[in-house]
Amino acid sequence: MPPGFTNEKPIFQQVAEELEDAVLSGAFREEEQIPSTTEISVSYKINPATALKGINLLVEESIVYKRRGIGMFVAPGAKQKILEKRKQSFYRAFVLPMVREAEKLGLGPEETAELTKRGFNDGN
Amino acid sequence: MGIELKGVTKRFKGAAALDRVGLTLEDRHIYGLLGRNGAGKSTLLNLIAGRLLPTQGEILVDGEPVLENDRALGKIYCMSEANYFPEGLRVREIFRFTSEFYPRFDLPYALNLSEKFELDLNAKNNKLSTGFGTILKIIAALASGAPILLLDEPVLGLDAGNRELFYRELIQNFSEHPRLIVFSTHLIEEAAKLIDRAVIIRQGTLILNEDVETLLEDSYLIKGPAQAADRYAEGRTVISSELLGGLKTVYLRGRPDPDAFGGDLISEKIDLQKLFIELTGRRKENQK
Repeated sequence: MPPGFTNEKPIFQQVAEELEDAVLSGAFREEEQIPSTTEISVSYKINPATALKGINLLVEESIVYKRRGIGMFVAPGAKQKILEKRKQSFYRAFVLPMVREAEKLGLGPEETAELTKRGFNDGN
Repeated sequence: MGIELKGVTKRFKGAAALDRVGLTLEDRHIYGLLGRNGAGKSTLLNLIAGRLLPTQGEILVDGEPVLENDRALGKIYCMSEANYFPEGLRVREIFRFTSEFYPRFDLPYALNLSEKFELDLNAKNNKLSTGFGTILKIIAALASGAPILLLDEPVLGLDAGNRELFYRELIQNFSEHPRLIVFSTHLIEEAAKLIDRAVIIRQGTLILNEDVETLLEDSYLIKGPAQAADRYAEGRTVISSELLGGLKTVYLRGRPDPDAFGGDLISEKIDLQKLFIELTGRRKENQK
């Protein structure tokens, strides 16, 4: 697992996001077991309470669920849920600031959409 | 369950190494004991371990005074900077020696750790290099089975690979057997994610004992033109500040209030190391 956490967000949130990324990428499939709190904390060298807090975030959002005595599993429909959630945060974190910047530069919706398209072309 | 210090003062030849320290350390947490050189970290750990007598005040372990109390002291394993093992003993003999004082000593675990750290079981204690001396002390501590581990500079002299191995083993150990662990270190960046509580002492005085996550969420810096920064800082809890030309950086407790930035200021998070430096660093000017 990748190491470097940044200090811009609480570590437990970053743990949750790493696990979500693993579900999105297909590394952890639905109904598959995810690593235990101990494995996660040892691997990232973080306090087990922090790892647990990260996992609990995902439990609250029904992205993972607990099977008593066995461990944590990826919930059915988890990938879809994460995608929806990420779309929302993509809108807030990227689209809204982009629109604000576009307005500053006097760019309208069409022109901004054009530039976005160009970004897609250049990026591929 | 845990350790409680009540008004603990320790004087050496009249000078206070610790001054009226009141501190509660709870079970099932990993505490980072942070302080600059000479701040009193080792004194604090040695007092808890009963190796030093407080000049004033009281130290309780699970509600019982530690002084001349074998039951309370038996719960504590203190790894100090000095090597207190009998000189001529070999590594494997030291494990046996430790198990006599700590009946829950886990020998198979100690052997397993020795293999991982490549510690030679037949090496003599006094012939070990600084690094392996530390490794021996770490292994004896982790395998002691004591519900309270006090580790004074446990990574001293360890190379990066061995430090990483130690951090992993510490977490593994703590996950399997949650207990009270206190460790002092100067490598704050490395320890920041491992510990969940930070205890910071400065010149013998306790200045902070907080949950690390809360502490980091509750600290930030702002920077911008000096006048704007000063205006913002007015009436808020300032840790310290620095001036570079006309650019001022102010370190604060609390949450940033972007409404008061007035377009000139930006805020950033602070990491534990930076916070530590700001809290303990400038000895004179930031005392306010």
